Amino acid sequence: MFRRWLHLVGLGLLVSCSAATAADRGFIIVQSTTSTQNSGLFDAILPKFREKTGIEVRVVAVGTGQALKNGRNGDGDVLLVHARAAEDRFVADGFGIERQDVMYNDFVIIGPPDDPAGITGGRDAPAALAGIAGAEAPFVSRGDNSGTHIKERALWRAAGIDPSGSSGAWYREAGSGMGATLNTAVGMGAYTLTDRATWIGFGNRRDFKVLVEGDKRLFNPYGVILVNPTRHPHVNAVGGRAFISWLTGSEGQAAIAAYTVSDIQLFYPSSK
Amino acid sequence: MSDSILPLAARNLRYEVNGTVLIDDLSISVVPGSFTVVLGPNGAGKSLLLRLLHGLIVPTSGKIDWSVGAELRGRTLRQRQAMVFQRPVLLRRSVEANVRYALKWQGAGPGELKEAAESALHRAGLADRRRVPARLLSVGEQQRLVVARALAGKPDVLFLDEPTASLDPASVQQIESLLIEANAAGTAIVLVTHDIGQARRLGHEIAFVHRGRLVESGGAESFFSDPQSDAARAYLKGEIVV
Amino acid sequence: MGDIQAAFSLAANLILSGDADLFEIVGLSLSVSVTAVAIACAIGMTLGAVVAVTRFPGRGAIIVLLNALMGLPPVVVGLAVYLMLSRAGPLGVLGLLYTPTAMIIAQTILVTPVVAALTRQVVEDLHREYDEALKSLGVRGLGLVRTLLWDARYSLITVALAGFGRAVAEVGAVIIVGGNIDHLTRMMTTAIALETSKGNLALALGLGIVLVGISLVVNGAVSGLGGVAGRSRNV
Repeated sequence: MFRRWLHLVGLGLLVSCSAATAADRGFIIVQSTTSTQNSGLFDAILPKFREKTGIEVRVVAVGTGQALKNGRNGDGDVLLVHARAAEDRFVADGFGIERQDVMYNDFVIIGPPDDPAGITGGRDAPAALAGIAGAEAPFVSRGDNSGTHIKERALWRAAGIDPSGSSGAWYREAGSGMGATLNTAVGMGAYTLTDRATWIGFGNRRDFKVLVEGDKRLFNPYGVILVNPTRHPHVNAVGGRAFISWLTGSEGQAAIAAYTVSDIQLFYPSSK
Repeated sequence: MSDSILPLAARNLRYEVNGTVLIDDLSISVVPGSFTVVLGPNGAGKSLLLRLLHGLIVPTSGKIDWSVGAELRGRTLRQRQAMVFQRPVLLRRSVEANVRYALKWQGAGPGELKEAAESALHRAGLADRRRVPARLLSVGEQQRLVVARALAGKPDVLFLDEPTASLDPASVQQIESLLIEANAAGTAIVLVTHDIGQARRLGHEIAFVHRGRLVESGGAESFFSDPQSDAARAYLKGEIVV
Repeated sequence: MGDIQAAFSLAANLILSGDADLFEIVGLSLSVSVTAVAIACAIGMTLGAVVAVTRFPGRGAIIVLLNALMGLPPVVVGLAVYLMLSRAGPLGVLGLLYTPTAMIIAQTILVTPVVAALTRQVVEDLHREYDEALKSLGVRGLGLVRTLLWDARYSLITVALAGFGRAVAEVGAVIIVGGNIDHLTRMMTTAIALETSKGNLALALGLGIVLVGISLVVNGAVSGLGGVAGRSRNV
């Protein structure tokens, strides 16, 4: 009896779930970087889009590297990511079209209050990293090929240092998302690079602080891309284009600018 | 129903395990309506003999012939015989469900099933306990249920392997009456026991097994009054028979 | 350790305030895991019982395989299901990735070996006890499997609960194939992972407490339904 009952309920659910996905395409899937989700931006702006167009936005928040990979497989309609060179390659390879700037903010280096590498107040990010390396103070890297990780590696290159030789010693690759990496850094008293939005929205900061900011090399631009519907015919190009034009249009840009956490603006509109 | 699968004739049975001969050149027959008690010392091969006859194990050599045509072998042969083991094996279901389950596999149709289950429960004196989980019965009740379950489908022959070995006298008596009643109604019975008193009370024929062989068989009265073999004489006197 | 105290009071608040999002997430967790366990039981119990009562070459290897698959890493299952369901994968046309169905598929794959391996053991033990009696009745084939499964029902409820425990607690597979999409594929475990990544440790732990509570309620309800009777019948 018991098993038969479970069985029926199960099949019913399975069928209803499948039916819902097959019939209804009034949604788009956005593969996005984690910072836009974790900072609460989507929760603030997506309802406005839905209200206007009736289109539901399903956000899959992963690192930029994973988002681009999923996009190549066609598992999404729109990408919202932050790694310009990788985005351009994605478009050049024919997987995406109509890349546009959406917004920007900046990266910051955060660290423990006692600051063993003495980098507090610096405005030169590569120099700060060199200081950390010199002091062999612990630094946690995303290590996941995300947009933040790509930026971090560029900064190490600019500093003329290859930290991979010290991996496992003071250079620690978490291989995780931004949030998990911040938890790790806070937990082990280490420095790390993070986007400002995630940091401000982050709940487990303890007494850690932003130590280095304001370097123009810490610029963090976000781009939006439509997955190429010629390559992946199932892509909801109509819904995707509606989302992109709203996001880069006056309403979307205003909504981005209006989003604040503790009265701090997290993202700055940059659509031309 | 009308055509009995008996008589059963087993000829020159031999059963060995890893080269050890456990049943050796044993021939025996079971005729309709008979009541045969299989006696013999421990390890003589009595239980093996029952299992061979019932078809639970296959003889190394020898033949077991039932009086049914080839077209009725298999299912029918199974349905017309039953066996009761020393330790009662009961399904984890109610008393009544145990009887119904056996009846279903013995080929009872939906019409006769209800009636047959009812009369089996009454005969076993378990009618008022039909809804009780079978494994909550006392050991005596459990074995009574097992015997009633085996008899419910009115088999042509019932094999029993020391069914009362661990029971109290009252339970033994109840099971013995069940067997006498069934035998009177036409079911042939082959009973393995260690209880010589039980053999005297119940047996019409005695088969005495020693070291895997049928040493002696015949009418119960003559067996008890005038055993022919040394082994049977010693056994009846209560000596240790190796 | 203020976080731990905060977690308990957050958990209590979430439940007592009837937080709609929480109930949606709990509902999805339960429906996905219960569905997966139901399918896994249908497949795994049959498979386990068949392996228990049959003898064939390679049987030993199958048993070792089933037992080993109980330790399937959820992330690996998630990845494999992702590769199958991805638009670039063989089943991509079905459009199942990032849906509850995808999560059901992944959890079914995770739970089926657990159910099959434990059922095999339970049924084999019972079969040893019943073997001669059932042979005597001429019970064979499908009838034998059905008899043993039914008579092992109280042990099998525990098997199903073990499967449910594995399903409802895992995060590695569902976060990959479900995508942790708000109001669609966000479950208890993926919500916990998300709150952890936001650094909301107290809230994450609070959700964890709720999840443990659900697990307790489900196990309690199932034992209440069948277990008490089962203990006495299983004497």
